[in-house]
Amino acid sequence: MAYATESDLPGNDRPVKISIRNVFKVFGDRPEKAIELLEAGGTKSEIHAATGCTIGVKDASFDILAGEIFVIMGLSGSGKSTMLRLINRLIEPTSGSIEIEGRDVARMPRSELIALRRRDISMVFQSFALLPNRTVIDNAAFGLEVAGIGEEERRQRARAALRAVGLDGHDESRIDQLSGGMKQRVGLARALANEPTVLLMDEAFSALDPLIRTEMQDELVRLQAEHSRTIVFVSHDLDEAMRIGDRICIMQNGEVVQVGTPDEIVLKPANDYVRSFFRNVDVSQVFRAGDVARRTQVTIIERQGVSAAAALERMDHHDRDVAIILGRDKRYHGMVSRSSLIRTNRDGASDPYRHAFLPDIEPIPASESLSNVLGKVAASAFPVPVVDEANRYLGSISKSALLETLDRSA
Amino acid sequence: MTFDIGDGVDSAVNYVLDNFAPLLDMIAAAIGAVTNSIQATLLATPMVLGLAIFVLLSLWRVGLGFAVFTALSLWLVEHMGLWSAMMETLSLVLASTLVAMVIGLPLGIAMARNDRVAAGVRPVLDLMQTMPAFVYLIPAAMFFGLGAVPGTIATVIFSMPPVVRLTNLGIRQVHAEFIEAGNAFGCTATQLLFKVQLPNAMPSIMAGINQTIMLSLSMVVIASMIGAGGIGNTVLTGIQRLDVGTGFEGGIAVVILAVILDRITQSLGKQRAGLWRALFHRQAQQPLASPATA
Repeated sequence: MAYATESDLPGNDRPVKISIRNVFKVFGDRPEKAIELLEAGGTKSEIHAATGCTIGVKDASFDILAGEIFVIMGLSGSGKSTMLRLINRLIEPTSGSIEIEGRDVARMPRSELIALRRRDISMVFQSFALLPNRTVIDNAAFGLEVAGIGEEERRQRARAALRAVGLDGHDESRIDQLSGGMKQRVGLARALANEPTVLLMDEAFSALDPLIRTEMQDELVRLQAEHSRTIVFVSHDLDEAMRIGDRICIMQNGEVVQVGTPDEIVLKPANDYVRSFFRNVDVSQVFRAGDVARRTQVTIIERQGVSAAAALERMDHHDRDVAIILGRDKRYHGMVSRSSLIRTNRDGASDPYRHAFLPDIEPIPASESLSNVLGKVAASAFPVPVVDEANRYLGSISKSALLETLDRSA
Repeated sequence: MTFDIGDGVDSAVNYVLDNFAPLLDMIAAAIGAVTNSIQATLLATPMVLGLAIFVLLSLWRVGLGFAVFTALSLWLVEHMGLWSAMMETLSLVLASTLVAMVIGLPLGIAMARNDRVAAGVRPVLDLMQTMPAFVYLIPAAMFFGLGAVPGTIATVIFSMPPVVRLTNLGIRQVHAEFIEAGNAFGCTATQLLFKVQLPNAMPSIMAGINQTIMLSLSMVVIASMIGAGGIGNTVLTGIQRLDVGTGFEGGIAVVILAVILDRITQSLGKQRAGLWRALFHRQAQQPLASPATA
């Protein structure tokens, strides 16, 4: 299968929360026949012509880690919403297993499934799906009411959930009195009220206008920071995915094409379909300084007894105006230019480099987002060095390299 | 080649009469109890109290203008000497609507939940609505005797289909997202029905009940032919004696009852109307502040 690499980021030591293995979903009356054809290599349209069945999800396998925001992305019809509904079995899978902490949702009896939905999984909908005959607080308390929790306690917990999502003082309002953003806060409160460990969000912010959408994304990230849940978020918007996603799963025609961190998706897109998503994305938000840094500058290891002449010689040889001075442990010490070296050398200083360091050059941490780097690189006369958290030199960013990066992705 | 369906129906009716007499008596007793107790209550209610109840209901559910209309039109009915006839008719309408709801609501729910039930019930409903009433009036009288009971049953047959159909339709038209939300939060099938489907189908169900009431009013005259009594009798007498005036008085009384019942029951599916709200629920309307920003 063409699904790709797991990431090496910290956080990958999190335990697996949801494990999806070889999941198929075929809509129609003859799913066995359709799967047979699928395994024989038939395309979606061939199978539809032969059996009348539609392939919703085709052989999906991936893991969702505890406490991460996992974004499922794809165009409409790519099977992303179907995939989400397979996790809480609002849609029955045709085959395969969907294990939540080792328990297979696809095969559990109805009573166990209902208990799971009441306790562990809740859902937020694109169109809010708030019940119009109930007040705000009764909507927020809906899951608790269904679970058989007493009036007093469920109202209290619903009120706490409403407060947590920033919706105070509208408890007794009717749903049609609320704005879209407020409605989705109620939707979120309803989903959080029973304190689930898994939150499924189906294009939850897509119906909101851009400003409110950003606000809600921030709200979600804030809630996640306060109390970590496993969030599976379906979106068709890469900006949103990049903004909130720890990892992104890209689906195309019912298949999982790539799973990876936002960086991995942008840097190593699995195919043109994936690439097409970020054609319009603001790459300066996605890339980090470390992604763009190149080791094209002359580096000089600072050692006892090395004269400036050798450095000048190497700079001449590589036709560079500057050189990076490193320690033996590759730690960044400073940057020198040809003229500063010549000047200090003429003075006959004992430590030829240290006095030649260019004063205005500040190394940039690798984790800095490119949008923050742009200004510094533009203002600097020289390439700007990039270091990791241990101050080790990773490379430098020149104006031309930066332009190239922005251009490649535009 | 000809089929003699009529003979078959005759023998079927006779078979039922011969073999199911106790069952028929039980049904008659049950419906009779409902009809008679409603009728006794309504007839025992003093006219002034009855009028006051109608006027207050009109004021509460519809509005001041309609309350005035109710008061004047009921006063007219009283002065035509048709008050107690109208109460008899009302009891027939209420009893048959009650029976239609008791049978019709569960049937509509069953249709909504199962396509096969729906496919099976639909032609029966068509039959009930289109079969001329006189055709089943006679067997109804044969099975249940003369009086209010066969009148109620004949009325139920004719007036039940809308409440069944609109209950089914209302539940089926509940947005899929509400059903999904209900399921996603762990509703059992029963919880889904009572917490999600029925509340959201309410306007449609109330429209069905309203239609059932209207149709049962239109059966008033026909039902009086087998002794159901009420305003139907007045109209029937007018027809039999070619007394246009009497018939017209009865007709006016039926129309007045129909208008009042229609407006009041229509309002049940909606939010409460203006005046009452303005008078007694002022505190419920509070302006909303802008969304809380975190």
